[in-house]
Amino acid sequence: MTDTSTRTEPADWATDQEVRWCPGCGDYSILTAMRMLMPELEVDRENTVFVSGIGCAARFPYYMNTYGMHGIHGRAPAIATGLAMARPDLDVWVIGGDGDMMSIGGNHLIHALRRNVNLNILLFNNMIYGLTKGQFSPTSEVGKVTKSSPMGSLDSPFNPMSVALGAEASFVARTHDMDRQHMMEMFRRAHDHKGASIVEVFQNCNVFNDGAWEGITKKGNRDSNLISLEHGKPVKFGADGEFGVVIDNGTAKVVSVADVGESALLVHDETKPDPSTAFMLSRLSRGPFEPTPIGVFRAVERIEYATSSTAQLAMAQNDKGAGDLSSLLRSRGTWQV
Amino acid sequence: MTDTAPRELPLQELDEVIIRFAGDSGDGMQLTGDQFTSISAALGNDLATLPEFPAEIRAPQGTLAGVSAFQVRISDFAITTPGDAPTVLVAMNPAALKAQLPNLVQGGAIIINTDAFSEKNLEKAGYESNPLEDGSLDGYRSYPVPMSQITRDAVAEHGVKPRDAERSKNFFALGLISWMYTRPVEPTMEFIGTKFRGKELVIKANEAAFHAGYNFGETAELFESHYEIKPAELPKGEYTNVNGNTAIAWGCAAAGQLARLPVFLGSYPITPASDILHDLSELKHFGVRTFQAEDEIAAAASAVGAAFGGALAFTTTSGPGVALKGETLGLAVSLELPLVVIDIQRGGPSTGLPTKPEQADLLMAMYGRHSESPMPIVAPKSPADCFNAAIEACRIALRYRTPVMLLSDGYLATSSEPWLLPDIDSLPDIGVDFHTGFNGTNEDGDGIFLPYLRDSETLARPWAIPGTPDLMHRIGGIEKEDESGNISYDPANHQKMIDLRAAKIEGIDVPDVEVAGDPDADFCMLGWGSTWGAIDAAVDRLQAAGKKVAHVHLTHLNPFPKNLGEVLSKFETVICPEMNAGQLVDLVRAKYLLDVKPVNKMNGVPFTTAEIESAALQAIEAS
Repeated sequence: MTDTSTRTEPADWATDQEVRWCPGCGDYSILTAMRMLMPELEVDRENTVFVSGIGCAARFPYYMNTYGMHGIHGRAPAIATGLAMARPDLDVWVIGGDGDMMSIGGNHLIHALRRNVNLNILLFNNMIYGLTKGQFSPTSEVGKVTKSSPMGSLDSPFNPMSVALGAEASFVARTHDMDRQHMMEMFRRAHDHKGASIVEVFQNCNVFNDGAWEGITKKGNRDSNLISLEHGKPVKFGADGEFGVVIDNGTAKVVSVADVGESALLVHDETKPDPSTAFMLSRLSRGPFEPTPIGVFRAVERIEYATSSTAQLAMAQNDKGAGDLSSLLRSRGTWQV
Repeated sequence: MTDTAPRELPLQELDEVIIRFAGDSGDGMQLTGDQFTSISAALGNDLATLPEFPAEIRAPQGTLAGVSAFQVRISDFAITTPGDAPTVLVAMNPAALKAQLPNLVQGGAIIINTDAFSEKNLEKAGYESNPLEDGSLDGYRSYPVPMSQITRDAVAEHGVKPRDAERSKNFFALGLISWMYTRPVEPTMEFIGTKFRGKELVIKANEAAFHAGYNFGETAELFESHYEIKPAELPKGEYTNVNGNTAIAWGCAAAGQLARLPVFLGSYPITPASDILHDLSELKHFGVRTFQAEDEIAAAASAVGAAFGGALAFTTTSGPGVALKGETLGLAVSLELPLVVIDIQRGGPSTGLPTKPEQADLLMAMYGRHSESPMPIVAPKSPADCFNAAIEACRIALRYRTPVMLLSDGYLATSSEPWLLPDIDSLPDIGVDFHTGFNGTNEDGDGIFLPYLRDSETLARPWAIPGTPDLMHRIGGIEKEDESGNISYDPANHQKMIDLRAAKIEGIDVPDVEVAGDPDADFCMLGWGSTWGAIDAAVDRLQAAGKKVAHVHLTHLNPFPKNLGEVLSKFETVICPEMNAGQLVDLVRAKYLLDVKPVNKMNGVPFTTAEIESAALQAIEAS
């Protein structure tokens, strides 16, 4: 009865629960991408766990026929860290929105990333609080008018890619909910990466922040405003590849290829140990109205946390032998009466 | 100054002595006290210790805030407390004398390092005149000893620099006290050799200082006699000396073996609980995985994740940390996963008195979560009992799939006592089985898994861990439908789930309370946790004075033992000494409508036997 012997279909990864996101929500396409990817990964449902916090995105585990936990607001990376440490044999996915991961759970996120726990973290960024009905989020732009900011938000937003790179995450990528193939590719790369992976998904909240990403993700805008990062290739975009990115005095800049010549363009190296160049790329765009990179910013090999933890247990057993309770109780000296 | 020929001093027999070593926090008083305790344990004395240290790592040298002390009581009879007041004070500097003199019994002995009584040090301690000369010590037996100077002279021949020589003066004090109480020299030599292995100069200096102190006692014509305390009549067997935090750590590791589960600890450092994290971090060869989280919430959350994965999960903390973990514990209540939360209570609110004990987290343990979120509570009564309490907390957590609160305190955490080692084979099997198969059928007659289908006896839900084929399921904090665990906002279902969660905790099998002392007395003392020792000792004294007294002590505070109401209602008067403003009293009054009288103390110092005895006498007289 195990899944091991049979190849699964996307439908095998769906639960019998009615999906209750608002009609038209970007989360649907992410869910579809995930269900379609799973059979391709050739993993078992029973060895896969989805952990989430609170928010619209956090309902995700209920819709995947795997093990799952819908936790509390912001704490999913911490819950998942405990699970991944106790059970390094599992595939652990963490799902959350921008409020969950960047605001109340920001602390847990950066620590999971710096420790390099083997988690696949998907951050559904819609730049708004959806479940609580439309307040500004930590990724909303300055001046965002919402119910809780009638005169405009005063907060400068987080750029999730910059935050992740600042925490020296070993796998950092970005995709958007309008491109299923690209999402599947980014999720696959995140899964295959050993260590903490974070994928930011530009996701549309069609009720409280409709069209927020359209400036870059709408079909007609993609050529001019989406920069697809590809390892080993010059960073170029535009309908005919007429634009490119150079590093000029420590800053990434958009240039016309005709002006600088192809050889001057930045050649993307996702494996570069120093995250500084990837960070410059993450700073290229100030918002969804100008050229913005998607794809893998960074993919470096670094020792995974639970692996190190397990190695210490093995080392201790090797040095001291398997724990013996009777000797432990006598370890600080005894006397007879 | 000294007479070189050893004098024959009379050997006087004592039934007990309470010594308090006090000095600056850099003076090594904890080490000195620990070693004196070890030697005495090996001699067969019963003993109890009470360390006391400042909250600051290094408070300004020579000040009252920087005084570190270690009290040890050794006796030739069974004892349950470190004693109310020391009979001997070792004062290494003026601040130690000033801070500790009020604790000393009238007529008690003070051994003073006179070299430290410089004008500067007197000023730092806030003395306007020298207490050695102004009559402050009248009424005590004081023994002035130039400890620093003799230590410097003794170690000089080993080539130790005078500045470093000063550091060995705690071993001089230990040598002197060892002579006074006829403790053997050899164990301390061995200890020095092990403790300072690889530092030959330090070993030589400490050995020389110890001998100098020992010989000083023998040869200086300062002491009238020296003393002997015979071994105590204790149950036969093998003993070790253990403090509460170590006993908890060992209990957690033991519980892992008894449950055949890997242990996971998620913890964030906090006084006075950090030592449990340290001790468990040393037990990796037991398969114990420790995780020092980024904060208290992550510590609890990681433990919830590990429990979901099938580990025996713990989180350790103190009151402020429990407050931060509150929401996560609510999740654990809702998920119905096993988890043990260890709260080493300290003085509060807020940062309060981090190094001082209090029992004021009881109501937080009981009610400190949103909504109806019952959690079982277990409280150890003595340092060694922390081992049993940890195992019992795990037993309940596993059997009933619930977070459990283990309430210890800063007093139990650092105090130590001899522990008659248990027979490992006699420890309970607390293992439970993971669920591995379907437990229901759907409309088509196919097997399905119902994650909230409860055991009819315990009301526990099945624990099916990731990796188990076919049993894929989702759990979460949103209200769940009974049996299926699917999200449900149905009003009747919510009522049912609240009732089921409450009934599960209320139905936990906890042992009945037993009545100690005189079961047919009219007067009873009710206690919980670390007050046990002082109450027990007070009962002995009251009985010796011809009073009839009963003692009921709780280790299970939620649910209460089934017979508690009936037992308490038989007494005319019940008083309840606790280190809070009357929290157990509130719970007992609310549940049983019994007029239990509070006896409260919250000054950061545990109850003395005399305080409880006096409260009892007052209550007996008033009734």
